[in-house]
Amino acid sequence: MTTRSVEIVVAVVFLVIGAVVIIDSLRVGAGWDSDAPGAGYFPFYIGLMMTAASIIILIQALVSKSSELAKTFVDPVAFRPVLLVLAPTLVYVLVIEFLGIYVASAIFIGAFMVYFGSYGWTKTIAVSILVPAAMFMMFEIWFLVPLPKGPLEALFGY
Amino acid sequence: MEEIQALFHGFAVVLQPFNLVLMVIGIVLGVIIGVLPGLGGANGVAILLPLTFSMPPTSAIIMLSCIYWGALFGGAITSILFNIPGEPWSVATTFDGHPMAQKGQAGEALTGAFTSSFVGALVAVVLITFLAPLVARFALRFGPPEFFAVQFLTFCSFIGMGRGSPFKTMASMMLGFAMAAVGLDTVTGTLRMTFGWSELLRGFDFLIAVIGLFGIGEILLTMEEGLAFKGMSAKLNLKVVLQTWRQLPAYWLTSLRASTIGCWMGITPGGATPASFMSYGIAKRFSKNGDKFGTGELEGVIAPETAAHAAGTSALLPMLTLGIPGSPTAAVLLGGLLIWGLQPGPLLFIEQKEFVWGLIASMYLGNIVGLIIVLTCVPFFAAILRVPFSIIAPIILVICAVGAYTVHNAMLDIWLMVLFGVIGYVFKKLDYPLPPMVLALVLGDMAESSFRQSMLSSQGSLSIFWSNPLVATIFGLGLILLFWPLISWIMQLAKRRAVVSSGS
Repeated sequence: MTTRSVEIVVAVVFLVIGAVVIIDSLRVGAGWDSDAPGAGYFPFYIGLMMTAASIIILIQALVSKSSELAKTFVDPVAFRPVLLVLAPTLVYVLVIEFLGIYVASAIFIGAFMVYFGSYGWTKTIAVSILVPAAMFMMFEIWFLVPLPKGPLEALFGY
Repeated sequence: MEEIQALFHGFAVVLQPFNLVLMVIGIVLGVIIGVLPGLGGANGVAILLPLTFSMPPTSAIIMLSCIYWGALFGGAITSILFNIPGEPWSVATTFDGHPMAQKGQAGEALTGAFTSSFVGALVAVVLITFLAPLVARFALRFGPPEFFAVQFLTFCSFIGMGRGSPFKTMASMMLGFAMAAVGLDTVTGTLRMTFGWSELLRGFDFLIAVIGLFGIGEILLTMEEGLAFKGMSAKLNLKVVLQTWRQLPAYWLTSLRASTIGCWMGITPGGATPASFMSYGIAKRFSKNGDKFGTGELEGVIAPETAAHAAGTSALLPMLTLGIPGSPTAAVLLGGLLIWGLQPGPLLFIEQKEFVWGLIASMYLGNIVGLIIVLTCVPFFAAILRVPFSIIAPIILVICAVGAYTVHNAMLDIWLMVLFGVIGYVFKKLDYPLPPMVLALVLGDMAESSFRQSMLSSQGSLSIFWSNPLVATIFGLGLILLFWPLISWIMQLAKRRAVVSSGS
């Protein structure tokens, strides 16, 4: 993928969002409501300006001959580590939904250390249990801010 | 002299033991945040903000602003020792700071950086102490049209003074405004852009956006660049510190220029990052040793650090007096004010004297304490960076997730944070600026309400924005800045034509 195609995609996304903002503003009333500006009065112009800006960006991306645009957006070799962080992060958030944030964090940190750092088991287990444990102390006990918990915490009565 | 008296009251507030402890905690956390890539002033404060919901506002702002000062100090450590800017505003510090470390002068570079940070901040705080009450008093006369004009000016100055494409700045800013509009419209009670999804009722919280854009986005970028932390070690003892301090007075003119640039860029929403680059560039042009810049000149460390700190500090002036933050971190602090139930703006100086002057006094004290802490604890902070990235990265991601969750106790926010992270990564790569988006997201509701009130009093006529000299001047300045890219383009065109015609 070249930078140009990413530029075009992003500009089109902006264009769509701008259009959505305009349409929704018209729906809730972009004009003058009996005696006061309607709910869509301000957002309407926001949508309008976003649309205008994105059209110009789109045209520039399409016609510009800048060599920057012809470059690849990300080098596949450099992109690999990005995905290797992004994908586990998504899985991590999904796991939070089921196991709670403490267990999920322990698994996440542990997996990261084994995969990227190739640490031994003792070190990995130590870090991946101590960090969530410290978090638990801080949030649940000191600050009394409840975080998402799962079956394991339920077992201990939290 | 009223200010001096108020300031002393402020010191009395800050010197309460609880607040002093929070100050030290804030600074230490701030330096750690500043040292770690992916955690910066803006998202560090955003993550810790929910923990302060139950504190008294004055203590909360003292801790959070001290995190900010700490982060400003911390950025220099990584720049000089590791050649990795921990913060965007310390990029310019790497130019001369790291070469100095390679020459074995890491101690001098660090001392120079910390001391000049301190000087920059001090100049900015003195400015705030005496200028802010005046600005606030002046702004008491402001009605909705004036406030909208000031907000308009703020946003136009992003377009006029930005370095990238003005259209990208505009698109990014408008996205922020659009997200701010999502949810329940408090004036009419209408639901906007929720599309029947009740989770969106709350709208997009700027804290989530900040944590995602600056936290997750930054980590993804760091991964792409493939970081290897290979650092220099620094010997920082009293002898080196005193030796460096003896050299510093010779650079008073550089410091003065840098402070001026910094204060100006901080008050106008230029921010610390452009201020540091501009200051470095100007110091290079005016210095006797200008051609040696980049090879390890102390002056090349002093200039950007002074300016960055002056800008970072003075960014709080418009935030306190007008309710307009001069930097993303100031924007997060402003959001904090709203959450603690304080209305930012000129009335703050009358109704919340203890809060305002407590904050200003904490800037004096916080920077002195900060200077002492960083000078004495550099090896400890540098050691944090020697913890391998494969341990630090997941921990930072976990902290971001926790921070995002605690804002509203909502799972959706963690997903949104990851989404914002991807947006931040793509935007950074395509040069869409992020600060305009964050500021629009924070100020969106306020800008909309002052616009609505103006329209209400003029029955829908835009002429209210030039109905008196004050509002007309502010609005006019905004328009000039808005069209500045166009104006400068035309001027360039005219110049080129003149050159061509004189050449032929």
